[in-house]
Amino acid sequence: MKHCLSLAFVLMVLWLGNSGYYSPLLLSLGALSVVFAVWVSHRMDVIDHESQPLHLSGHILFFYCWLVGKIILSNIDVVKRIWLGNKSISPCVARLPLSQETDMGKVIYANSITLTPGTVSMDIEGTTVLVHALTAENIAELKDGEMNRRVADLEL
Amino acid sequence: MLANIVNLLSSACLLLGAFLIISGAVGVLRFPDFFTRMHAAGVTETLATTLILLGLMLLAGWSIISFKLLLILLFILITSPVASHALTKAALHGKLWPLVDGKNEQ
Repeated sequence: MKHCLSLAFVLMVLWLGNSGYYSPLLLSLGALSVVFAVWVSHRMDVIDHESQPLHLSGHILFFYCWLVGKIILSNIDVVKRIWLGNKSISPCVARLPLSQETDMGKVIYANSITLTPGTVSMDIEGTTVLVHALTAENIAELKDGEMNRRVADLEL
Repeated sequence: MLANIVNLLSSACLLLGAFLIISGAVGVLRFPDFFTRMHAAGVTETLATTLILLGLMLLAGWSIISFKLLLILLFILITSPVASHALTKAALHGKLWPLVDGKNEQ
């Protein structure tokens, strides 16, 4: 039930934010389409804790703030290496352990790895993720496991 | 006065974003193989887009346009890692193995 409500809320915000016309006729049409969309997704059985990860919403903002800082730092590093040329990079591949238990946690971790320039997750197999990095330092930093731990903490 | 500051901030964001996009393009041309080029493209799709959209949001002020720009930013930040992951996975499936110097732990 709370997942349905959260989907309805998100759709309403999207509709209000994208329409810009607030006459009674258009508002009621919007409400009608929100109800219809929620009903159809309920019938399709796609409203669950995976499409509406409400249990994450408390801590995920802190995590994303931390991730934004990381993204800015690694962007500066990659841009520096672009202008320094090919001698400054040392591409490498490594298989890193995943300590997340749920699929959602694994996806958030792999997505965060890809979102920071300098590291790309190439494949997930069981409890390991294959990572390609621009430099050996990037891999060493991931091996320290701070990001891994932070994502695993989100699942609690 | 305030409008001037906002304009200045937004031009700074747009200029920095443009510089990052050029850097990303140079990186794509310069780096040796497909996988390292992905990292250069990663610069344009994270910080560069964020800065450009932030600059446009500052110009638009508190309006519905800013909200739409924010939505565009969110969608880009959510979809671009998925696209990068799909590309690298497809490359691996196509038996393209990255150039590696140094340690290779399989």
